[in-house]
Amino acid sequence: MSNPPATDGAAVLELRTVAKSFGSVVALADGSVTIRAGEIHALVGENGAGKSTMVKIIAGIYQPDSGQIMLRGEPTRFRDAAAAKAAGISVIYQEPTLFPDLSVAENIFIGRQPRNRLGLVDRQKMRSDARELFTRLGVPIDPDRVAEGLSIADQQIIEIAKAISLDAKILVMDEPTAALSGAEVDRLFEVARGLRDGGAGILFISHRFDEIFSLCDRITVMRDGAFVAVHDVTEIDVDGLVREMVGRDINTLFPKKDATIGDVVVSVRDLSSIGVFEGISFDVHAGEIVGLSGLVGAGRTEVARAVFGIDPYDAGSVTISGKPLHKHSPRAAIAAGMGFVPEDRRKQGLVMDLSVAKNATLTLRKQLARFGIISGRAEQAMAEKWTKQLQVKTGSLELAVSTLSGGNQQKVVLAKWLATNPLFLIVDEPTRGIDVGTKAEVHRLMSELAGRGIAILMISSELPEVLGMADTILVMHEGRITATLPRSEATAESVMYAASTNAGATK
Amino acid sequence: MSTTTSPRQAPLVFRGARRILVSREFSVFAALALLIIVTTSINPRFLSAQGISDILLNSSIFVVMAVGEAMVIITRNVDLSVGSTLGLTAYSTGAVYAAFPHVSLVVVFVIGIVFGGILGAINGLVVGAAKVPALVITLGTLYIYRGVNYAWAGSNQYFVGNDPAEFGNLSVQTFYGVPVLAIIALAATVIFGIYLYGARSGRDLYAIGSDPSAARVFGIPVDIRVFGAFVACGALTGLAGVLYASRFSSVGADTGTGYELQIVAAVVVGGVAIFGGSGTVVGAAIGAVLLTTMTGALASLNVSKFWQQAVVGVLIIAAILITRLLALRNTRRLKVSEARNV
Repeated sequence: MSNPPATDGAAVLELRTVAKSFGSVVALADGSVTIRAGEIHALVGENGAGKSTMVKIIAGIYQPDSGQIMLRGEPTRFRDAAAAKAAGISVIYQEPTLFPDLSVAENIFIGRQPRNRLGLVDRQKMRSDARELFTRLGVPIDPDRVAEGLSIADQQIIEIAKAISLDAKILVMDEPTAALSGAEVDRLFEVARGLRDGGAGILFISHRFDEIFSLCDRITVMRDGAFVAVHDVTEIDVDGLVREMVGRDINTLFPKKDATIGDVVVSVRDLSSIGVFEGISFDVHAGEIVGLSGLVGAGRTEVARAVFGIDPYDAGSVTISGKPLHKHSPRAAIAAGMGFVPEDRRKQGLVMDLSVAKNATLTLRKQLARFGIISGRAEQAMAEKWTKQLQVKTGSLELAVSTLSGGNQQKVVLAKWLATNPLFLIVDEPTRGIDVGTKAEVHRLMSELAGRGIAILMISSELPEVLGMADTILVMHEGRITATLPRSEATAESVMYAASTNAGATK
Repeated sequence: MSTTTSPRQAPLVFRGARRILVSREFSVFAALALLIIVTTSINPRFLSAQGISDILLNSSIFVVMAVGEAMVIITRNVDLSVGSTLGLTAYSTGAVYAAFPHVSLVVVFVIGIVFGGILGAINGLVVGAAKVPALVITLGTLYIYRGVNYAWAGSNQYFVGNDPAEFGNLSVQTFYGVPVLAIIALAATVIFGIYLYGARSGRDLYAIGSDPSAARVFGIPVDIRVFGAFVACGALTGLAGVLYASRFSSVGADTGTGYELQIVAAVVVGGVAIFGGSGTVVGAAIGAVLLTTMTGALASLNVSKFWQQAVVGVLIIAAILITRLLALRNTRRLKVSEARNV
């Protein structure tokens, strides 16, 4: 598909050095982008580059701490989502935000339903308007059915119908194609081109380079919450783009000590869960760290949860130490020597209001109990042993876990599982939300665990972490493993490439 | 593409009829009809003119309250203070008559409705400002309003049933054979039913209950709408308080104690989802009639009072199970259509 030359439309929306922090975490340091009327503008960057924060600022959901938003050349502030909408901005989120109990037609028109002479909602007209929109989009969705139960693709279509009916001048699409099939993507692009030719400015966020190059006119690259560069689509290629997205020195940050790699501990074969992931096979050896990389939503956490038995799967098998593992039973997984350190420590890993000691020994209740009653002294001793070994910094073992810093909380979670002497440990985003200093400590710790012969599966969205820590890197894209790279072959580019395309699918 | 297209060829009349037949309101109504038929076949006196009149009179007050409560529950909130609100407004009606014996009927109603509305506004303001679940806030105001009622009334009771005769007559009079109380309840149901069905702001309530955070993203004024629902609920409960004073004559410190759970039960039985987003005030109203009729029917069948409560409990659980089953079926359908997409 050829790209029409970038139109020299006037800037409809411009963000100038916009910044946003949450507490001490800087989500966006220097967000800058200019969207012109009559162009489709791509926004690319790694996970955590600040794209979603920028989208939410444009949508009026977040208010920037500093910087300027220019709407058609005028400085503006959006007080809330309604203000952004009134300014002609329409946002389609990755996760459609429909009201499951309302009808499809009402979802499109809520808040601005056509009204009859009595001032009441004119359902007849609402229905026919919706039907007209769907005819224009070429999809046979019944406007009367409730939104509950619609596929993600259909929900996405409804979001688009909504944007069209709003006559949006600025349309932001945050990974709209993630859940769509080929034909649906083509239709979506047709609609997007139609809107562009009608003079709308479109901001398109996607991880699929082929889509970006076939659809967009200009590309803005972001990294670590900051603007990197903007290009006409004709003056850059995929390699150049990837280099700009990754562009940092990663060799010195996360050293994993070489450990002797032993026998296969866990072996996963053809694991599939309909609609989530498919044909997942890999081995993890003793002393090996396997990095599971890929973009958010590629299905990494889902695979880990299925392996550990939290979620059921439809086909395939998991074996640990040569013995098949019962599916859908975390209890069996723990008994077989597995441990799971979830991403959301607050929700899944720790009981925030319990003491450090109680949390650290939570998985050991059976071992510590005599006649069903847990001995406080044994608990204390066990907790002391592990927290000392992991260098958890806490005033007292009796303090509630919620008083610890993120990094130290992570160590308590690790302690909790290490106390069970696991053969195999799954760690999901071990350093998310942890400051740089503690990060290195967590990495040192994991490296040490591998050195003791524990097999580790590490899910991480941070490229440097994966490249520095993992002996083998699995890359997932849309529910499949698209690349298996030994550490020596893995580069930021090769991982990023496999994570963004289907190219490596038949490896 | 996975779209379930409804049979568009079917004539409109049939589609309309089908929609009514499968609606939750209709199944509640069918349950009510069944209850009346069964009870009457055992005890024919149940459906005498007096019997019908009793059902209507007894359920009118509950219907008015259930309509208000339904609006709040549809927004994924709940108002547990309605029993206490009813108590305060009913007692204030007595107090107004004691202080101004010749006050006009209209003024009494306005005072009751405004007073109830203020109590509802307090709930709405605190829920909106504190960002704490309405369950907790209104549990608090349940006790606070009741406490105020005790402090105000003490052991005093007002008897307003026949003092101003015109007020007491209200609950006896009929209009073309229909009790005036029932007409008021019907009017409330119709007005708020149309509002929720047809007004944009009424539709917003469903959107909020369906997904509050999406509603915010969407630019729907969530706090204002929820506040409005609480005010409406309070005002309707205030109206019910005035009607209560007329019908039962004696009002004191503990009037309306325990009503809140009966009202919530009626709303849920009437097909309003306890987590908001779906259901109608018509359903809630029928639910209120069903629960009061149930009590009357079991009494006329000489079922012990204890079992009556158990039956109400069974009804509530049945209603929730039906909702849950429907939801499960939907989820399964979603999963299947997703799988086909892959």
